[in-house]
Amino acid sequence: MPRIALTTETTLLALIVLLAAIFTMANPVFLTIPNLVGLVEAYAVTTIFGSGVFVVLVAGGIDISFAATAAVSQYVAAYFATHYGWPPLQTIALACSVGFALGAVNAFLTHSLRVVSIIITIATSSIYFSLLIHLTGGSEIYNLPDWWTTPIVFARFDFAPGAFAKINLPIVTMLVVVVVTHVIMAHTRLGRQVYALGGNPESAKRLGVRVLGVQVFVYGYLGLLAGIAGMVQAHRVGQVVPTALQGSELNVVAVAILGGASLVGGIGTMPGVVLGVLLLAILQNGLNLIGVSSYFFEVVIGVVILFSTTATAMANRRAANLHLRAAK
Amino acid sequence: MNRGPEPEQASPGLMTGQINGIVSALRKSSVNNSTLLILWPLIIVTFTVLMPGQFLQTGTAQSIAFQLPELGLLSLAMVIPLISGGLNLAIIATANQTALLMVWIMSAHITADTDPAATWFWIVVALGSGLALSVAIGLSTGALIAFGGVHPILVTLGTMTFIGGLSVYLTRGKTLSGLPDAVVWISNGTIAWVPVSFIIFCFVAFGIHIVMARTATGIRIHMIGSNLEATRYSGVNTKQSLILVYVISSVLCWMAGVIMMARFNSAGADFAQSYLLISVLAAILGGVDPYGGFGRISGLFLSLLILQTVSSGFNLLGLSAQLALASWGAILILAIAIQRSVEWRRTNVDRARR
Repeated sequence: MPRIALTTETTLLALIVLLAAIFTMANPVFLTIPNLVGLVEAYAVTTIFGSGVFVVLVAGGIDISFAATAAVSQYVAAYFATHYGWPPLQTIALACSVGFALGAVNAFLTHSLRVVSIIITIATSSIYFSLLIHLTGGSEIYNLPDWWTTPIVFARFDFAPGAFAKINLPIVTMLVVVVVTHVIMAHTRLGRQVYALGGNPESAKRLGVRVLGVQVFVYGYLGLLAGIAGMVQAHRVGQVVPTALQGSELNVVAVAILGGASLVGGIGTMPGVVLGVLLLAILQNGLNLIGVSSYFFEVVIGVVILFSTTATAMANRRAANLHLRAAK
Repeated sequence: MNRGPEPEQASPGLMTGQINGIVSALRKSSVNNSTLLILWPLIIVTFTVLMPGQFLQTGTAQSIAFQLPELGLLSLAMVIPLISGGLNLAIIATANQTALLMVWIMSAHITADTDPAATWFWIVVALGSGLALSVAIGLSTGALIAFGGVHPILVTLGTMTFIGGLSVYLTRGKTLSGLPDAVVWISNGTIAWVPVSFIIFCFVAFGIHIVMARTATGIRIHMIGSNLEATRYSGVNTKQSLILVYVISSVLCWMAGVIMMARFNSAGADFAQSYLLISVLAAILGGVDPYGGFGRISGLFLSLLILQTVSSGFNLLGLSAQLALASWGAILILAIAIQRSVEWRRTNVDRARR
């Protein structure tokens, strides 16, 4: 009988199946396609952030400025779209470029000052966010153009009267981001270089990896995804609020780590990170369906984070022990 | 890597000297105290020039001393786990929950016509329960980290969510208020012009400094932050030390909770959320290595003085609090840049001498 490897991914998958089974037994609505699609849609923005954070973590850095980057690029884009009537493509390109530029600033500062990126990104996060709120006075932009806020549905499946699943823009954007990130990280030379840099910066340098170039890609890519996530978030809620994204940074980092990305770099896979997000999404949705008081949500989520992280850590340790025994 | 002698072999004082020597030789910290000692006067001079006769007053010093303890205690609570190679994301949640418990006990038992003896009794009961709760939180967090083998960022994300969620659930998101005057005095009162809360903070910070720099426990915590496995193999009970780290951190949160509830005359599950990342910023500006092993309480103290001086200066200049926050980020980058340029010049001078 083939042994199933006890990796973070398989442990997470087992936990997800277990939770899904429990929720389905408690409320059959859980395992219906409309519910599952809605669940994925609600976590689209988190997954887009998570993909970028995953790349940074693999490169051996920690970036917590992405929420600030998303807020800034979202606001700049909304400003140009409402005040100057910029068309969609131009606005999206603007959001992406602002995001990329702010990310690249992190890369240059990290590289030139030779400090770990969490230091730089804590500083830049505070600068970006505070300046944004100071300059805008914290005021929201409500009158977004129609092309931005009109829901775009790519496919619609009807099951029963009133029960339907819509594959909409946030889901498609998220899927594209996940696939592109996976391909870059698992199948290109650039991705290999990111893993090499995160695994051992010194040997990566000696193997001819251009460190600054890779870092600009890594932090710029997260910035670009933050720009996209900002656009998608505004698309979903129909307005731009400067403080809307504040405070979610550490949750996203933790979700990526829950999905198997390592804080010290060089380790992690895109599917793992997706499973990490999925675990939290299922939990939130399932608790809602079985009628747990929303005040009690956080308590249960806290317990599950503690439980699932301990479970994956123990699985990893057991896997490491098996390796040791096999080596003997 | 050799990080110094075994804890049992040398007297603590000698050992710290050696460890500090080795540390400075081995690793350049992102910011060290001399950089901060250049930066702080520079900031004071700048504000004095900008506002002649207005900035350099006892009133400014007093307002800085009033504001510092809250962030100061929370930063201390963050620094100790950071030095041990971890992180405590639950500091705000812990401070809020202990404050909620204390306010709940006091508001339930103390009214305007409670006699002084009973009032003091319930104040002591409330403070004691808060302390007990913080120790319990610290013990369970520490045990999860030590025995579960999970990275502290994940464990404390879990405890943060759990503790915060419990506070929200029990209070239904409402704030609790109603404190006796004696407790409010902790944050409003002064002894010879010096705010009581600042005096408390100084004593606590000095105590933590002694523990971290002069005792075997402190050195074990530094060693764990440098290399957990190596420390374990050198005969240190790392599990016990890790649990202690989070107990100390949580007790400091309780102290921050006491000062916070006295300051706001209330407690709530969602107070002071923005302090979480700022406490990390203050720690790093104080020269604490975010990956563990290195950091001094004196550096943190200087960093807090700098940050509060800047925010007081901005306030006096009539600039927004947001701008002050942005400048905190800029100061961190500036401090690192100064540090790097000093190091760069020093190596060049050394080369020229040869």
